[in-house]
Amino acid sequence: MKTDLFISGGLAAILITAAITYALRFGGLMLADRLPQAGPVRRFLDALPGAILLSLVVPAAAHAGWAGAVGLVSCLAVYVKSKNLLLTMAAGVLAVWMFRHMG
Amino acid sequence: MPYRFHFVTIENRGNSVIQSMHRGAVATIPLAVSALTYGGVLGVLSGQQGTTWLEILCMDVLMFAGSAQFVMVEMWKAPLPVLEIALAVFVINLRYALIGASLQPVFRGHPIWRKALLMHLVADENWAVTIAEHRRSGTDPFFLFGGGLLLLWAWTGGTVAGNLLGAVIAEPEKYALDFAFVAVFAALTLSLWRGKRDLLPWLSAALLSLGAEQWLPGKWYIVIGGLGGALVAALHQGGGRALTRLLPGVARRLFRKARA
Repeated sequence: MKTDLFISGGLAAILITAAITYALRFGGLMLADRLPQAGPVRRFLDALPGAILLSLVVPAAAHAGWAGAVGLVSCLAVYVKSKNLLLTMAAGVLAVWMFRHMG
Repeated sequence: MPYRFHFVTIENRGNSVIQSMHRGAVATIPLAVSALTYGGVLGVLSGQQGTTWLEILCMDVLMFAGSAQFVMVEMWKAPLPVLEIALAVFVINLRYALIGASLQPVFRGHPIWRKALLMHLVADENWAVTIAEHRRSGTDPFFLFGGGLLLLWAWTGGTVAGNLLGAVIAEPEKYALDFAFVAVFAALTLSLWRGKRDLLPWLSAALLSLGAEQWLPGKWYIVIGGLGGALVAALHQGGGRALTRLLPGVARRLFRKARA
């Protein structure tokens, strides 16, 4: 039964990749703990979240083209007004859906 | 009046942990919806590739990393290229080292065993929600973990169901569901804005990620945009001056060496 549920070497591959991923997560945190808490390194760490988020969002939004631009404006407007992420998501999805079906 | 009660309140530690996890889970609901649909897509894909439900479940629980799992499923054919898979996963998940580093303020003062336990369930989604919450009102690692647990349920539920049931949501683009993630992350990004000093780092991150996404494979663009933007912030004040002072000296030395 076990041979049917795992490809040969499959479990080993999953364990190796899981260990790598965990080491990156935990290693990043441990490294930051050992870095100085003031000066340029601190500024680097403080600016990191914004920079990572932008790098996730900007290329993804660019791929969505004009529909993405319309969706982005709608969801940001809703977020500024409501501060509610569920509403924001619904507004973005609805705007993109409408734009795609009208175009 | 209320503050008098505040003094007599004995903080119930166990209770506050649960409350924090609950708040984190609730705050992560929109992204869990997105993770569920994308899990469904990966599940369907994995079924077509011949990946079994148990394999996908093990990836979900042990690795818990969306985009890396997409690539893994893509490469999941006999004979399994274990080394190539490991290398690809390393590159795609390199950003988690940055994400882990950025969580340092949230984990400050907590024991190392707690860090080791709670860091496993860190995904882009609950990380972003936690960082936004931390900037607004401060938070703790249990908020992050609560969000992670919810995501784990949504992700495993979506992938395993997709794997077993087949094409449920094979084309999320049709319903614009592919935009759900962008919408929520854009709003979270907006909430991280700290004023004018973020302008240059953010601009750099945006341009670097766009450029890297064009020219480099995989998820390098997140690492490069994140590193570049944060480096600009580090060098911007003070450090920038030090660099401009340092550079002429380096240039002079190189010039002298070239002449000699």
